[in-house]
Amino acid sequence: MNELFTLPVLLGVLYSGVRLATPYLYAALGEMFAQRSGVVNLGVDGIMLMGAFTAFFIVTNTGSLALGMLGAMVIGLLMGLLMSFVSVNLRAVQGISGIGLYLFGLGFSSLLFKRLLGSTKAIDGFQAIPIPFLSDLPYVGDVFFKHNALVYVAFALVPVAAFVLNRTTLGLKIRAAGMKPEAADSLGVSVAGVRYFCVCLGGVMAGVAGASLSIGLINLFQENMTSGLGFIAVALVYFGGWTPVGVMVGALLFSMVNAFQLWVQVKDILPSSYRDFVVMMPYVLTIVALVFGRRARQPTALSKPFSRGEN
Amino acid sequence: MNRNVKSLWSFAAAGLILAACGAAPAAAPAASAKQVKVAVVMPSASNDGAFSQSMFDALKSVQASMGGEAGFKLAVSEGMVQVPNAAAAIRDYAQQGYDLVIAHGTQYGNSLQEIAKDFPNVAFAWGTATDTFADKGIKNVFAYNPRAQEGGYALGVLAAKISKSGIIGVAGPVEAGDAKTYVDGFKKGVLDTKPTAKVNVVYTGSFSDVSLMAAAAETHSKAGADVLTGSSQAVVGAIGVAKDKKAIWLGTQANQSSLAPDTVGASQVYDFSGIVKEILALSAKGTKGGTAFELSLKSGGLKIVYNDKISIPADAKAAVDAAIKGIIDGTIKPLP
Amino acid sequence: MQRAKSLAGQALEAMTPVIAVLLALMIGAVMLLALQVNPITAYSALADGAFGSTFAIAQTLVKATPLLLVGLGICIAFRGGVINIGGEGQIIVGALATTAFTLGFSEAPLLVLLPGGLISGMLAGGVWGGIAGVLKARFGVNEILTTIMMNAIAVQLSNFLLRGPMIDPKEIVSGTLLAQSARLPDSAWLPRLIPQTLLHAGAILALVMAVLVYVLLWRTVLGYRIRAVGLNPDAARYAGIRVPVYQALALLLSGALAGLAGAVEVLGVSHRMMEGVSGGYGFSGIVAALFGKLHPLGAIPASMLFGSLLVGADKMQRAVQVPSALIDALNGLVVLFVVGSDILVRRRAQRRREQEPHA
Repeated sequence: MNELFTLPVLLGVLYSGVRLATPYLYAALGEMFAQRSGVVNLGVDGIMLMGAFTAFFIVTNTGSLALGMLGAMVIGLLMGLLMSFVSVNLRAVQGISGIGLYLFGLGFSSLLFKRLLGSTKAIDGFQAIPIPFLSDLPYVGDVFFKHNALVYVAFALVPVAAFVLNRTTLGLKIRAAGMKPEAADSLGVSVAGVRYFCVCLGGVMAGVAGASLSIGLINLFQENMTSGLGFIAVALVYFGGWTPVGVMVGALLFSMVNAFQLWVQVKDILPSSYRDFVVMMPYVLTIVALVFGRRARQPTALSKPFSRGEN
Repeated sequence: MNRNVKSLWSFAAAGLILAACGAAPAAAPAASAKQVKVAVVMPSASNDGAFSQSMFDALKSVQASMGGEAGFKLAVSEGMVQVPNAAAAIRDYAQQGYDLVIAHGTQYGNSLQEIAKDFPNVAFAWGTATDTFADKGIKNVFAYNPRAQEGGYALGVLAAKISKSGIIGVAGPVEAGDAKTYVDGFKKGVLDTKPTAKVNVVYTGSFSDVSLMAAAAETHSKAGADVLTGSSQAVVGAIGVAKDKKAIWLGTQANQSSLAPDTVGASQVYDFSGIVKEILALSAKGTKGGTAFELSLKSGGLKIVYNDKISIPADAKAAVDAAIKGIIDGTIKPLP
Repeated sequence: MQRAKSLAGQALEAMTPVIAVLLALMIGAVMLLALQVNPITAYSALADGAFGSTFAIAQTLVKATPLLLVGLGICIAFRGGVINIGGEGQIIVGALATTAFTLGFSEAPLLVLLPGGLISGMLAGGVWGGIAGVLKARFGVNEILTTIMMNAIAVQLSNFLLRGPMIDPKEIVSGTLLAQSARLPDSAWLPRLIPQTLLHAGAILALVMAVLVYVLLWRTVLGYRIRAVGLNPDAARYAGIRVPVYQALALLLSGALAGLAGAVEVLGVSHRMMEGVSGGYGFSGIVAALFGKLHPLGAIPASMLFGSLLVGADKMQRAVQVPSALIDALNGLVVLFVVGSDILVRRRAQRRREQEPHA
């Protein structure tokens, strides 16, 4: 057991955890904005897959990472618009429309992959950029400052999101739309407009999350490569108590436990028959943390469509 | 009376009308007497770069050798993860009069047992498996099984020879079937060649979780591995990371060189085409089943294919060749 | 005096989901054309696959059965104001429990074995859903989160059991080590209803459950309270109903029905426990419930409709050789359209309400 808790192990787990958390973080931050404004979007996984494919396709054909990222954002925006329309204008039941969006994204991304690419081939994704000086710091440098640009941006977005949410008028409007839409409406805030904005933002970020997988983390594309990651990201929003920092902690916790269970296997600590329990760890821990953590404050109007005069 | 039931009946009526109209065009066009009709049901995508792709590629090459679509009609049902759906597909193809229906997935075995009985004139093939159900009186099922441990051993020898750090990482999906035999053979190949080498094995618990495979490769890399291997369609995750870390990847099930030409050193390729041709020949003569085929280095069903873009030192290749020879003549046992 | 709905109005409401499906299929036709497939050939294969023969209709009903059971559970949950996304996990644990019970007591007579197996499934599913319910009631943890997590946990639990303690001894002997349980003894199988097809008695059981759930929700105190909590938790609280308790019960009952679906799949279709037994029914069941307007009796034709789409789509894939990914995309469109079309129905309902004079 001593072998497990050595410093190189710890550093390795932390490094992997930070890297692996990136797609979760993008997707969950975007979903957090959507949910803060009152809309649950369970289709995140489908948007991620479309974003992953779009970015990969563009990079395979043009070699430009920037264009690929842009493409993913545009696709994410389009799917976000669709979700906004269905949730705000059509006031559909959100849990289910999200699943429809997910199925569509899953199928369509696979279809496009089959017809447009046929097979996959590794591309040169985002390369690691060690931050000068900081990356030379002992221990901390290895863990935090030797990642690629996408990882840095993801974590940089956390304070930005917190600032927008808590210290800007926009943030106030968003929070109002999610907590007390009637009050917001009577004060002249366009609840529909705010929700559109947030769900579209969520879509864009889900697209980026998918791209972070296909052109940042894995550098290949495969059908259904997210394998449910988007759903976990949605759950992380609840786990994080709808705050950017909470979401970040959740993403890191989840990823690090995942990284940790891989280490447990590498170091051969437990007999192989218990592997499946080890794989279960992140999910169980999430629930445990939730139960014993602080009471989260759910946006009161979450998943309730709003229309003037009906409430 | 529930209003919704009315809508059901209207839909059902519409459906029946369509079916009646559809009966004519849905009938298969008259095929020439020589056209062989083969259908395959597989659990993952036909372009997954691994298990399903190996069968798909083999069938495509057999089709080409038999004159293309005119001589060989191929129907594919991929992504059949759920066994009842696969069973429905297998049954349907048999009913439609296909000459050979391939159940490319060990999990389809139970369903195949029941279906084969109902269609004695259709030849079925099942893999990866060794049981042809002969003991249950079923005469129309062929079985095929890759001896993944053989190629695994050979690649293990290669890994031991080319690894500079002496640490090698294995990212397995689930500890079962040919994934397990491959890993076991690989590990033995490494340790027989270089007893001081370290082989770290991780099973992610999923055949499809690509990010977890990537994380596994990350973990191995952090532990010092400079040669990586693994199996299942999720390995694209690990290959991407291997490319990033400039490690060498050794693949199995299909030729993975095209996935990352600067990273993949060699692959164990499952070549099912020989078996497919044999089955078709036997079936044409009236034998619809009963033989359990094995893919092995000896039979040519397993091949070690190098990636030309990566330079492998001559002594490493010589060691691999010696290992292959040893496995073929029986002096080397790939499994512990 | 209440203003009765016109016949045309009723018909339109009933047809709304069907119209939505047709619209989605039209978009699907565009996709088919882009793939150079004739949509007419494709869709007639779909209809043929769903209704074209006795076997096909039987297949449709076989698929509809777990959809109906899960859908009934969702009716209860949604009516109680809780969102149960944990169907997949609840089906899995239900199937595991049924398998364990049946294999453990395989010598018992049919009268004990079959009901016992079904009840084990219900209990396990109920516990799985109940855990989410308790976490919500006692700790205020949102059920969307817990049910999603428990899906993943159920999968890993199933993997562990099927590769370890519950693995078929034959697999160990043959060395293939496939993750599945031993075959269930014939005496425990749900009887086949039509020979030469796969239709089993589970279909009848599901119909019976639909009636029972209707009775539960509208004719019992428990059902009344669950619905009250779902319609207006605050009003229910003022009326003295302990809201968290009934929300938890709604989740428990919902889980139990999903667990029963798992039991039925194992005892009627696969006859052993294996991976993939949940087959996406945990999600599709939600859609089926919605098709049926969250009414237990509406869920019956809804699950048959959805079942026919699933069966027909598979046949379509085989007949015209489109990638199965198209089916997923089509599925998604159908869900989006049906869910989106709901607003038309609600608007009509609202206009009618506005025109009613106050009592």
